[in-house]
Amino acid sequence: MHPFLHTVLAISVVLGATMGACAYLIWLERKLAAWVQDRVGPNRVGKFGLLQPLADGLKFLLKEDIVPAHVDKALYFLAPSISIFTTFLAFSAVPFGPSSGQSGEFQFVIAPQLDIGILFLFAAGSLAVYGIILGGWASNNKYSMLGALRSSAQVISYEIPLGLSLMGVILLTGSLNLEQVINHQTARGVLGWHVWYQPLACLIFFMSALAESNRLPFDLPECEQELVGGYHTEYSAMKFAMFFLAEYTHVITVSFLVAILFFGGWQFPWIAEADSVYPGATVVKVLVLLVKVFAFILFIMLIRWTIPRYRYDQLMSLVWYGLIPLTVLNLVCVMFVKQFGLPEVWLLPASGAMFVGATIVSAQAAKRRVSRGLRRSAAVQGGG
Amino acid sequence: MPIQEHEIHWIEEPEIGFWEASLLPGIAAGIRTTLRHMFREPSVTQEYPEVKPDLPANYRGVHRLNRDDQGRVKCVACFLCATACPANCIEIVAAETPWPDRDKYPETFVIDELRCIYCGMCEEACPVDAIELTSIYDLTGKSRQEMLFDREKLLSVYDETVDSGKDPIRTRSGELGPASTLLEAKGPAT
Repeated sequence: MHPFLHTVLAISVVLGATMGACAYLIWLERKLAAWVQDRVGPNRVGKFGLLQPLADGLKFLLKEDIVPAHVDKALYFLAPSISIFTTFLAFSAVPFGPSSGQSGEFQFVIAPQLDIGILFLFAAGSLAVYGIILGGWASNNKYSMLGALRSSAQVISYEIPLGLSLMGVILLTGSLNLEQVINHQTARGVLGWHVWYQPLACLIFFMSALAESNRLPFDLPECEQELVGGYHTEYSAMKFAMFFLAEYTHVITVSFLVAILFFGGWQFPWIAEADSVYPGATVVKVLVLLVKVFAFILFIMLIRWTIPRYRYDQLMSLVWYGLIPLTVLNLVCVMFVKQFGLPEVWLLPASGAMFVGATIVSAQAAKRRVSRGLRRSAAVQGGG
Repeated sequence: MPIQEHEIHWIEEPEIGFWEASLLPGIAAGIRTTLRHMFREPSVTQEYPEVKPDLPANYRGVHRLNRDDQGRVKCVACFLCATACPANCIEIVAAETPWPDRDKYPETFVIDELRCIYCGMCEEACPVDAIELTSIYDLTGKSRQEMLFDREKLLSVYDETVDSGKDPIRTRSGELGPASTLLEAKGPAT
């Protein structure tokens, strides 16, 4: 088949699957939230509430589209479109199956053999902050503005450890190409997964990704208790649905990235190795990748109901005092290993040592804060 | 008066150990709780309308007018309930009874169920236990006129609920309903 038709097919598959997946991820999120909270979740529309996303979609389409009189019209309409456009653009570089590189076959990625894969992903994803800023600014509403400001500060701060944590993986692989990253891992089977060599980077990437998509525990910009709805307060019906879709697509993209960059992509011992060529192997590989992505999405949803929300100053001090120094140190370790030709397995204890070091430093800082508070209270007590 | 020295208690933050500071035990405990609630704990949702709620005996629902042992309406049209009602939803027109043992009875007794705030003041005010609030909560009507309950309608509510087992306390004067067991521990209502 003509490669152009391959691309069109890939685009339609991705768009259709992502939109459908977003709709049913909302169902899954509501059900999961209900089970964690000893409730039942939606179960009235269709068996187990499975037709609920259809009802939701119909509601979003038919709902009255209110455009407040005081908004900046052009930016108001532009903001959700930017949000959703950049997230889908970022998804175009993500492989969702095995890709052999030959132009005659169907490549399981919209943009095959993209040598700047990861860089393109972050470049396109970074543009998503415009959707948030414009959404808050155009709403002409101080709560939305505050939410947008906090959100954009959070997003641009967490983009740094997002990229830096991947630098270690990129150095190990030697290429920014996502398909090369997968091939580098699958060459050595399960033990080749980058998570064994860069566990700290995996953890930091995961946390930064959660912060990028404004998910708990980093969802201060859109938490209802503090800011009504944050930057999407003034949006109704379809525009709100677009913000929502953008958030869930971001969650899906990030789960794909974690699975691809750290957990071997479509690789699984015995059934989906790099040299598996039995009939149906491609389908099995795609399914393995999808199962891994689904597991990460479930974990992201579970984390939402586990950890309390970070306060804004805690959020900022976490990234600037904690994550960025750690990622820089991690990068230095990988550079050491690569430069002096040390066996890569040394990275595992190095990551552990960095984690322990960071914990000790933060415990010391906490103790210093407590003693400072006690000294201040003693001074007040003595003087008062 | 300024706060006294001995009234202030200074508290120290508990020492945070290394393991706690790494946040991993906290997150692990949290995930364990979350998973336990997901898989072990049964859901506490009551699936209405398949499962109706179990209401206590003194639930304040729709009103009814009680009948006495001869099937006549107990109400003596003393207007105590209409006076006590905070929402002014009871309208009574009194008339002379054809019976020898009572002076007055209500010729018309109309309660506007939509104005009513279901506070139970009329039930408390009635000296002859004639008006009561039942356990019917899912009352609907297709027009405002439909929700003006007259005497016959209120008596029909009595006919429907007298055997429901959810009788309020004062149904039969002297004989207490199921909520009387609640009163035993605390003594009689004054």
